[in-house]
Amino acid sequence: MATSRRGFVGGMSAAVVFSGGAAFAQKKYDDGATDTEIKIGHTNPYSGPASAYGVIGKGIEAYWKMVNDKGGINGRKVKFVSLDDGYSPPKTVEMVRQLVEQEKVLCVFNTLGTPTNTAIHRYMNQRKVPHLFVATGASKWGKPKEFPWTMGFQPDYHTEAAIYAKHILANVKDPKIAVLMQNDDYGKDYWEGFKDGLGKDINKVVRHVTYEVTDPTVDSQVIQLKDSGANVFFNIAIPKFAAQAIRKAADLNWKPVHYLNNVSSSVASTLKPAGYDNSQGIITGLWLMDPTDKQWNDHPEMKTWREWMAKYMPGANTEDGNYIYAYAVSTLMLETLKKAGDTLTRENLMKQAASHQKLRVPLVLPGITVSTSPTDFYPVQAIRLARFKGETWELFGDVLSAEST
Amino acid sequence: MEQLMQQVVSGLANGAIYACVALALVMIFVSTDHINFAQGEMAMFSTYIAWQLMQWGAGFWPAFFIAIAVSFVGGLTIERVILRPLHTAPVLSIVVVFIGLLAICNSIAGSVWSYLIKEFPSPFPKDTFGLAGLIGPHQFGVVLVTIVVLSLLFVFFRFTPLGLAMRAAAQNPVSARLAGVRVDWMLALGWGLAAAVGAVAGTMVAHIVYLDPNMMGGILLYAFAGALLGGISNPGGAVLGGFMVGVLENLVAFIGNAIEKSFGVYIIGNGEKLTVALIIVITVLTVKPSGLFGRVVVKRV
Repeated sequence: MATSRRGFVGGMSAAVVFSGGAAFAQKKYDDGATDTEIKIGHTNPYSGPASAYGVIGKGIEAYWKMVNDKGGINGRKVKFVSLDDGYSPPKTVEMVRQLVEQEKVLCVFNTLGTPTNTAIHRYMNQRKVPHLFVATGASKWGKPKEFPWTMGFQPDYHTEAAIYAKHILANVKDPKIAVLMQNDDYGKDYWEGFKDGLGKDINKVVRHVTYEVTDPTVDSQVIQLKDSGANVFFNIAIPKFAAQAIRKAADLNWKPVHYLNNVSSSVASTLKPAGYDNSQGIITGLWLMDPTDKQWNDHPEMKTWREWMAKYMPGANTEDGNYIYAYAVSTLMLETLKKAGDTLTRENLMKQAASHQKLRVPLVLPGITVSTSPTDFYPVQAIRLARFKGETWELFGDVLSAEST
Repeated sequence: MEQLMQQVVSGLANGAIYACVALALVMIFVSTDHINFAQGEMAMFSTYIAWQLMQWGAGFWPAFFIAIAVSFVGGLTIERVILRPLHTAPVLSIVVVFIGLLAICNSIAGSVWSYLIKEFPSPFPKDTFGLAGLIGPHQFGVVLVTIVVLSLLFVFFRFTPLGLAMRAAAQNPVSARLAGVRVDWMLALGWGLAAAVGAVAGTMVAHIVYLDPNMMGGILLYAFAGALLGGISNPGGAVLGGFMVGVLENLVAFIGNAIEKSFGVYIIGNGEKLTVALIIVITVLTVKPSGLFGRVVVKRV
């Protein structure tokens, strides 16, 4: 009996050794994956106050259409189920439950918004469903210990602000800093990062004012900032208010060293409306290519993107950087699914997502790559500083990442 | 001192915008007794029309006047087609229609012109207008335009037969009808005028807050406050109320700063601008329910 069992075990291990390749190819599936299909869930604000971001969902949908036209991923077609949550957290919960419990998706991908993702954060981790590459820059998505099923995508606000703080301390002589901040989680995340970056030099901030999204203008705030006598201005505002602040500063003849948050780095939505004259010399941190920035016109990835836009999103606004974002994040998802091979389990998907090594994602700035590990759930973690000159951003300096600050 | 000056002037410039929108609200209120929640979105839509005309090569002023004309017809049509069948409906149904209009205008503008913010030109010459360092040329122009619009409306209501008929239709529909005024059409005319004034407000505001489908959201709130403060039944009062709200909100921040500087405690500041402005409005309304310059409506029961 004992011998026969040993023999049996021996036989098993031999079989494993011999069929090394075949064992790898053995197919394993969780909900949402079959021989022919991979089902991915998604929520996006197609209606409501944040519907400007709705184009990301449309872009991602078009991306999977292209993937399917090219034969899919390892022979499987992607079924992309995208639902409208109107940027309302309770609705997001409802939609995501529908995706997980009724649609039975393999994973939820690039759900958009900080409050909305916060609402489903715990649920996704309780259900152990991958919650991948969420579309928000908050710093709380990379906590593999507490939330092993959630992963961010873009450089987080906290890191970005810390990079600016270090840059100010290293480059501006005797800085007196004025900060304009949107009074919500997004603004506070930047502000906390900025304070961390300044460390003991926090007293260099001479004025910190806030605005509400319901304010028609930030003129009054900019007057207060100028009055403080600051020579550095950190602008934590969404495009509309950032542009107003840039223009008002110029109107008041206030010329500080101006740091603009990445949220508003689009040439078309911020700097053009603010006026190119008023925007010269502004510094920001970039990680994606801007479709309105002429320096990328001849870049092969930009050309591929334009061809894709022309074919799959005809008539869409090619100035909208959200389509760049959609293309880049979808490519990362595609690479992750490709790596998962035929083992399309939720666990393996997280494992693959957490093991990218210096992966080049198209349309991310040259020099920036995606690296993740079981302890590093921040895929893109680096930015490059750029200065506005003429009508485009001019990159300068090295690739800066959280580690280097 | 320099800051105080700048804050007051910038408040006046913002106030001019609130005043324009408040004026549009008053137009509909005096002719129909309703407050149009979709006023801001209609104005935004008119502004997009002007923008589109300029994209097609029209100059600012032609685009401006065509947009006003189109808005006038549009407002008239909305009244005739959508609100006419609801004449006898309860107020709540009409409020729902207004909110529906708001959502529809917003979504259509978003899908036609996208949600990306767009720059909107200013018609006022950059160098020869305004007071350097104190008020920008455009903001100065907006104040002037507001005053011109107010004067035109005043003349229209006071000195033209049509204006008289509209006032009659609003104040006493039954007698007006007996005197041969077509009351229905007067209501529609009120809507048309409101849409036209809204178009003026939108095209003036857009240069300052930039053009996007949500540009009027915050402004409408302040315009309401202005209209109620000044008296929603009185165009002149509403304009004054708009200016007052604009200056008030800036002074709140300024005074908050001053207190913080001299006493080291934070009491009020930028975060409380709207709150303080609204508290003042509520106080005024408690003491004087028809607003500072409003006409007290006495209804016989």
